[in-house]
Amino acid sequence: MSNTVNEINILNADDAELMRISREGTLSLNLNEMKTIQTHFGALGRNPTDVEIETIAQTWSEHCVHKTFKSIIRYSEDGKAPEQIDGLFPTYIQRATEEIDKPWCVSVFSDNAGIIEFDETFNLVFKVETHNHPSAIEPYGGAGTGIGGVIRDSLGTGLGAKPILNTDVFCFGMPDTPYTQLPKGTLHPKRVFKGVVAGVRDYGNRMGIPTANGAILFDARYTANPLVFCGNVGLIPRNRCEKSVEPGDLVVAIGGQTGRDGIHGATFSSAELDDTSENLGSVVQIGNPIMEKKIVDALLQARDRNLYRSITDCGAGGFSSAVGEMGEPVGAEVHLERVSLKYEGLAPWEIWLSEAQERMVIAVPPENLSELMEICKAEVVEATVLGTFTDTHRLQVFYEGAIVADLEMEFLHHGLPKPVKQAVWQPPKHQEMPSRDEATKDYTDDLKQLLASPNIASKESVIRQYDHEVQGGIVINPLVGVANDGPSDACVVTPVLGSRKGVIVANGINPKYSDVDPYLSAASAIDEALRNIVAVGGSVEKTALLDNFCWGNPDKPDRLGELVRAAKACYDIATAYGTPYISGKDSLYNEYSDTTTGEQRAIPSTLLISAICVISDIRRAVTMDVKAPGNFIYVVGNTYTELGGSHYFGIHGFIGNNAPIVRPDEGKLTMQRLSAAINSGFVRSCHDCSEGGIGVAAAEMAFAGGYGMSLSLNDIPTGDEITADDFLLFSESNSRFIVEVEPQHRDAYETHMEGVSTGCLGTVTDTPEFVINGKTGQTIVKTSIDILKSAWQTPLHS
Amino acid sequence: MTTPKVLILRTAGTNCDAETDTAFRLAGAETALVHIQNLISGKVNLTDYQILAIPGGFSYGDDIAAGILLAIEMKHKLTDMLNRFVADGKLVIGICNGFQVLVRTGLLPGMSSSDSSTPEMTQRTTLAMNTSARFECRWVDLETQESPCVFTEGVKPRVYLPVAHAEGRFTAPTDVLAELEANHQVVFRYAESEYPINPNGSDADIAGICDATGRIFGLMPHPERFLTKWNHPRWTRLADNTASEEGDGLVIFKNAVNYVKTNLL
Repeated sequence: MSNTVNEINILNADDAELMRISREGTLSLNLNEMKTIQTHFGALGRNPTDVEIETIAQTWSEHCVHKTFKSIIRYSEDGKAPEQIDGLFPTYIQRATEEIDKPWCVSVFSDNAGIIEFDETFNLVFKVETHNHPSAIEPYGGAGTGIGGVIRDSLGTGLGAKPILNTDVFCFGMPDTPYTQLPKGTLHPKRVFKGVVAGVRDYGNRMGIPTANGAILFDARYTANPLVFCGNVGLIPRNRCEKSVEPGDLVVAIGGQTGRDGIHGATFSSAELDDTSENLGSVVQIGNPIMEKKIVDALLQARDRNLYRSITDCGAGGFSSAVGEMGEPVGAEVHLERVSLKYEGLAPWEIWLSEAQERMVIAVPPENLSELMEICKAEVVEATVLGTFTDTHRLQVFYEGAIVADLEMEFLHHGLPKPVKQAVWQPPKHQEMPSRDEATKDYTDDLKQLLASPNIASKESVIRQYDHEVQGGIVINPLVGVANDGPSDACVVTPVLGSRKGVIVANGINPKYSDVDPYLSAASAIDEALRNIVAVGGSVEKTALLDNFCWGNPDKPDRLGELVRAAKACYDIATAYGTPYISGKDSLYNEYSDTTTGEQRAIPSTLLISAICVISDIRRAVTMDVKAPGNFIYVVGNTYTELGGSHYFGIHGFIGNNAPIVRPDEGKLTMQRLSAAINSGFVRSCHDCSEGGIGVAAAEMAFAGGYGMSLSLNDIPTGDEITADDFLLFSESNSRFIVEVEPQHRDAYETHMEGVSTGCLGTVTDTPEFVINGKTGQTIVKTSIDILKSAWQTPLHS
Repeated sequence: MTTPKVLILRTAGTNCDAETDTAFRLAGAETALVHIQNLISGKVNLTDYQILAIPGGFSYGDDIAAGILLAIEMKHKLTDMLNRFVADGKLVIGICNGFQVLVRTGLLPGMSSSDSSTPEMTQRTTLAMNTSARFECRWVDLETQESPCVFTEGVKPRVYLPVAHAEGRFTAPTDVLAELEANHQVVFRYAESEYPINPNGSDADIAGICDATGRIFGLMPHPERFLTKWNHPRWTRLADNTASEEGDGLVIFKNAVNYVKTNLL
C-alpha cells in the first residue's frame, strides 16, 4: 500500500469484471449498482479513482443508506394475490409516525437520533444501533466500539446531546454448545458473551454513562451471528436541536487520530459472514473511551458557546460519510494530507474511509475557530481543519495538492438505483403440544426449569459489572427487591438532578415467535416494550419507540417475506397504540455460510423495540417485588391459549402454532387503566407478564420481595376456552401484568380497572412457601421461594 | 458571610464531576469544575478555594493502575500547591477514583507519626484489584467509625451507599494498618467481612480513611450518588413516606461546607 491514487478501470469492464472489482475491493456493490457507476463515469469520459469508487460504495452501502427498507418489494403471502410495496420504511415505519403525529416529537428519522420533548429546558435524544458483524469476529472490540458509536450518535444529534443512559441487548448462541458443534471459523458463544459484556462494560463505565437497562437472549442460531444492540439516551437543550451548514464554514475534525483500523466496516456489514471472516480483523475498529469522554467534555462546552453550526460523527465510512452527509446540501472540499494520522503510510482512500473511532466532524464559522481551538487545547483534544464547506454541490477531495475525488453530491446521494426485490411468506406448520394435565398434576419442576432457562435466568452477574449509578440520577435500578436482585421491568432515571421529572427506558424482543409468524413476533415486541414502561409507572401516551431489525439475507425472498410481515405489524400495532417511531436501524445479512459444505444459516428474524417514556413525577414509580404479606395478587388482562413459541413449549421440545396475538383494543385500555391506578398509588408492585407466563412472573415477584404466595388459577380472566392448568400458568398472551394491591386499596383498584379484565389470584404470605392451586383445587405448584430463586440465579451465576 | 468555595478537579476520564458538583451546591457551597491543565498553567489558583474534591471516574483510563497517572501528574506538577493547601488547614476529599489518587500521592493516609524520615507524598497503602477480580456496582452498608474526620461528624452509625469499582481493595503493611487503627484514621468500614457486604476484600473491611488531622478524606463508596431518598435502591419498599427526603450521602458534603464556614472564613 502506498500514498498513491489508482484509477479503477471500469469503463471497459464487462459484467464479470465489474463484479470482480466489487468483490475483490470489498465494495459490496451489486451488478446493477456497478453498471450505474459505469454509466455515470462513461458520460464523464473517465474512470473513477479508488477514492471515488470507495466513497460511492460506502455511501450506497446497506449500512449507510438502508436500501432494502427503501426498495420496491413484490410480496406474496400464502397464496394471496401479490402486492407491491414501495419501500418498507416509508410505508410502515415513517407513515405510522406521521399518522400518529405526536406534538412532543421534535425530530424523527432525520438526524443521528430521534428527539422528543423532556421539560421546559431540555429535550431527549434516543438511538439504538447494532454492531453485530464486528462483535462476531472480535467480541470485546466490536461491542465496545458499538457502544462508542451510539454515544457519538447522541453527541452528533442536533448540536450535541450529553449522554445520560446506555441500554444494551445481546443475542448469543447457547452457552452450553459443545465445541465439536461450533460452525467452522466461529467463536464459542461463551467467549462471545464474555467478550461482549467486557467490551460494553469497559466502554460504558469509562465514559461515565449508567448502563441501566438491557436483555440477553440465547438461541443456537445466533452462534455464528451474535447480535449486539447498543443504545444511548442523551439530554440536549431545546435550543440546540437544529443544525445547518453554510458555505465557508470550516470542516473541522475533532478527537482521535486516523489509522488503518475499521476500513470497509460499512461494506463488510452489508455482506454475509462465512468461515473465512475471522481473517478480516482489520475491519473491526479499536475503541478508546477516554478519548471519547474528552470529546464530549470539549464539544459540550463549544456547543454551549455556539461555536459550530453542525456536527456529525465519523461512523461507518469515516470521513467519506461524515463530510459527504454534512456537505450534501452545499458541497465540500477536503485536504487529506491535513488529517492527523496514527502512523504514516496510509493511501489517500484509506485516510478517507478509515473508521478509526472517537472522531467527530463539525462545521465551524471561521471567526469561531480560535475560541474552539482554545477549548480543545484546555481539554487536550486534537482538532484539525480539513477543508471548507463550499457552494459547488460537489464533494472534492485533495491530497497534497492533487484532486483525488470529484463527485457530484446529487449522484452520490441520489444516484443509487432503487432495487426491486421479491418476497414471499408461507406460514409454517409446527407440531402442537397437548396439555400435560392428564400426565401430571405437579408443575413445580416445570416452573423451576423455566426459571433456570438461560433466557429467563438472572443476569445479575452481568448487570453488576455495569455502573448503573453513575451520574447520580437512577431512581429504579435494573435490580430491585429486598436483596437488590430481582429483575426490574425497566429503569427510571432523573437526568436533571433535583427535578422530579423522569425518563423510563425499556425493551421488547421476542424472536422465538418469529418461528410461528414474524408479524406476531414484532407485534409482541411492541406490546412487551410498552408493558415494561407501564409496569414501572409510565404511560403509553408519552412513549416513543425505536425499531431495530436484525435479519438474514434480504436478497432471499423467504427472509425478505419475514421482514415484510414484521414491518406490517410495526405499522398496525404502533398506530393502534399511538406510539410513534422516532428512530431506527436495520442490520441485514446476519447469515453464515460454510464455504466448503455450502450450508447456510440465518438468525431467527429479530426485531428489537426500544421504548422511551417521560414521567412527570418519579415518586409515582413502582417496582416488581412484592412488598408485604396480606396484600392481594391480581392478574391484569385476558389469558388465551397462546403457547406457540412459548418457553413452556420450548422446554418440552415444541414450537406450536398459536403464538401470542396483540389485541390493541384490549391492550390499550388495559395499559391506560393500569397507568392511572399506579399513578393514583393503588398498586404496590407491578410486573410484566411475559416469558414463562403467570407462573414465572408471580414467582419472580415473590422471591424478589422475599415473601411467599398462595395463589389459585380459578379467577384468571380468559379470552377463550383455555382451561388446562399448565396452559393457564404458562401461556404468554400479551397485554398482561401481575400486580400487588393492599387490602385497603382493593376497592379503589377495582374501580380504576373498570372495563378491564382483572382477577384476584390470591395473597402474599408471611412464609417462604410458594403455592399454586389448579382449576380443580388441587395443588399444582408447591415449593419455597428460596428454591425458586436459586433455580433462577444459578445458571448464569458467573 | 462568604460562601465556601469548592474546586472540583477534572481531567481526561473524570466522570463523577457533575454529581459531586450537585452535592456541594446542595450543601451550600460555590463550586468550580476545573481541568488540571488550568491549575498547572496557573490560570486557576487553588488558594482561592477552601475545599478540593477529586471525583470518581477513570482518570487517564486508569492505565497502569487506577488513579496512578493523575497521582503522578499531581506529585510532579502540583506538590507545592497541594502542600500549601493542606498546611492552610483546608479540606480535601477523594471519592472512588479520587480516593485511589489520594492514596497513590501519599496524601492519604499521610506521613507516619513515628517516622519523620519518610519523604512527603510517599505512597504507603494501596487500593488493589477486587477479590472478585472485576468491576462491581452494588449498594453496601457502612459502619461509621470514631475518627477525627471532619466530613463524617454526626454521621449515623450505619449508612448505606453504592460502590462501583474494580480496584477498591484497601490493603497496607501490618504496621501501617496498626498505625491507622491507633490514630483512628479509619472512617468507614464495610458492615461485615463477608462478600458481598465487603465488596472487594479490603483489609479490616476498610472503606474510607482520613489523614491524622481528619481534613483529608478518601472513600470508595459514592456519597454523591445518594443525595435524595429516591436514589435508595429500595425506596419503593420503605414504609415511612414521611421520612426525610435527604439521602445518607449529603451530610458528608454539608459537614465540609459547615467546617469551612466555622473555621476558615
